[in-house]
Amino acid sequence: MAVIQLAGIERVFHLGDSVVHALTGLDVAIDAGEYVAIMGPSGSGKSTLLNLLGLLDRPDAGAYRLEGRDVTTLSPDEQAAVRSRRIGFVFQSFHLVPRLTAAENVALPMMLAGIPAAERAARVRQALKDFGLDQRADHRPDQLSGGQRQRVAIARATIMQPAVLLADEPTGNLDRATGDDVIHLLEELNQRGMTLIIVTHDPKIGTRAGRQLMMEDGELKSDSARPAAVAG
Amino acid sequence: MRSADVLRFARDAATGYPLRTSLSVLAMAIGVAAVVVLTSLGDGARRYVVEQFSALGSNLVIVLPGRSATGGFSPANALTTTPRDLTVDDAFALTRLPSVRRVAPLTAGNSEINANGRLREVVVAGTASTYFDIRSFKMAQGHFLPEADWSRGAPVVVIGAKIKEEIFGANPAMGELVRLGDRRLRVVGVLKATGQGVGGMNTDEVVFVPVSVAQSLFNTSTLFRILIEARSRGEIEAVKREVTAALKARHGEEDITVITQDAVLATFDKLLRALTAAVAGIAAISLAVAGILVMNVMLVAVTQRTAEIGLLKALGARAATIRNAFMAEAAMLSLVGAVTGYGLGLFGAFVLRQVYPVFPAYPPDWAVIAALGTALGTGMLFGIMPARRAAKLDPVQALMKH
Ligand SMILES: Nc1ncnc2c1ncn2[C@@H]1O[C@H](COP(=O)(O)OP(=O)(O)OP(=O)(O)O)[C@@H](O)[C@H]1O
Ligand SMILES: [Mg+2]
Repeated sequence: MAVIQLAGIERVFHLGDSVVHALTGLDVAIDAGEYVAIMGPSGSGKSTLLNLLGLLDRPDAGAYRLEGRDVTTLSPDEQAAVRSRRIGFVFQSFHLVPRLTAAENVALPMMLAGIPAAERAARVRQALKDFGLDQRADHRPDQLSGGQRQRVAIARATIMQPAVLLADEPTGNLDRATGDDVIHLLEELNQRGMTLIIVTHDPKIGTRAGRQLMMEDGELKSDSARPAAVAG
Repeated sequence: MRSADVLRFARDAATGYPLRTSLSVLAMAIGVAAVVVLTSLGDGARRYVVEQFSALGSNLVIVLPGRSATGGFSPANALTTTPRDLTVDDAFALTRLPSVRRVAPLTAGNSEINANGRLREVVVAGTASTYFDIRSFKMAQGHFLPEADWSRGAPVVVIGAKIKEEIFGANPAMGELVRLGDRRLRVVGVLKATGQGVGGMNTDEVVFVPVSVAQSLFNTSTLFRILIEARSRGEIEAVKREVTAALKARHGEEDITVITQDAVLATFDKLLRALTAAVAGIAAISLAVAGILVMNVMLVAVTQRTAEIGLLKALGARAATIRNAFMAEAAMLSLVGAVTGYGLGLFGAFVLRQVYPVFPAYPPDWAVIAALGTALGTGMLFGIMPARRAAKLDPVQALMKH
């Protein structure tokens, strides 16, 4: 069953007089548990697509169904609730809150969701252990290496057990070895059933994914799952 | 998000930027402290004056020469025909009025007292035995001026505690002869120290002689004041009416002023209350300034933490949650500032009381409530705008900021 269904998605930006079609006529379906890499040249609309999938942005036209439910028509608060429980984000620049410890950063989504402190503490402890960060629980982001920071970010993205994990160039700020570790970590999560969507410039990472979506000028140029349908 | 978590998050955010936070707390604290200290000063002055007046005696009515509606001086008063002086006969005439319990004439001047080989300048008050009860004096030794015909007073003197101290020291003063100007007078009494007095006339530094003695000493036949005690508080107005009518009959015109302690007190009370409110208002302006500072601090916080706000939204924070977190932060800055300022203000008032012990410098309750309320109010009010701005941020744009 498709966890994500996009039909006729359009996203247009107006910059002064000029109009940028960041996404045009996008039809994609992604099944639960898939491992998808979104690739394409800079400015092709990858991040825009990921933001739409994460409900950080709304399309100008088209329908987006997440787990069978039309989410484009939801109110901002309903969308926030969906982001809270069904979607996890991993960013290129980690986006950890600098004044909070690793444990507090991981606990942040649960705190926002109103989960009691005792339950939060238990889940954070488990998560830090799973991600090999139990020695770093009380460290602030500036006391962590880049790889550790991204692991904290991934722990945070998955602590609410979302259906979909969205990662926008998660290895962009990491060296190759650390980047590979992070990719392996994400792949492990995917193997345990989490739908994983990674935006990447790195062809090596792209080929590891079960499915590649190639973007160009806001259009889906090719989809490895449907070679014939998109061609042309 | 739970309220406790909102508060903890806001607290961590505030303590995460110590300089910015301490500056806005300080601004708020100074504002509140200013209100507390200045109103302590103003209200202290009011209480001081009220206490001093109360020490004059109760049910007191004072007659002074010259026509004046308020007892103050104005150019208009100066232009009217010179009023007739008050005399001992005038005063005596008032003793027969129905609502009057006691009357004391009062004439005053400066002279030199010379005794026990020491010389000192003193204020000489010429009055009568009745003055003792009207002013509720207490004797340390002997008795006050003897009851006698006001126009033929005995050559006696009653001295204030400080005069006794400075002229006689530890030696007995009772029965001693002192020289006052060109008179030789016998000391018949020493007043108990009070430390009180109005208009620089501390009774500890005054010597009292019969009115006739003072008048011949200063070569005058006029009185400075006539002091009257009404039979009761309720009869003060009646005394005022009767005295005015009686003296109008004697002088042919209304050329005297009758003031009551109540009226003077009420005027001072009103004046000093208004003054206190005014300084409180001025000090409150600094609270508004502090509120604006809090707003700026919060706007800077929103700008600095734009990426964080974007992140919170990505992690599922609702707009209301973000608004509450920033509002809570602004409220905390104001609250901590207000409480700190209150403490500082109380300490300032304490120091004032140490430096001026006679001054009851305590902040009035209304000022404390108003200062704390204004501090919190402005802080919250000025916190709304930055909080709304934070809540309205577009998450995609916000996340791109670094
Ligand atoms: N907020 C915006 N306002 C105007 N134009 C925008 C905005 N966001 C994106 N665009 C434009 O939309 C197009 C797609 O941008 P997007 O960020 O999705 O590209 P990308 O594929 O992620 O590129 P990169 O690989 O460089 O990250 C670009 O032409 C970009 O300039
Ligand atoms: Mg991008």
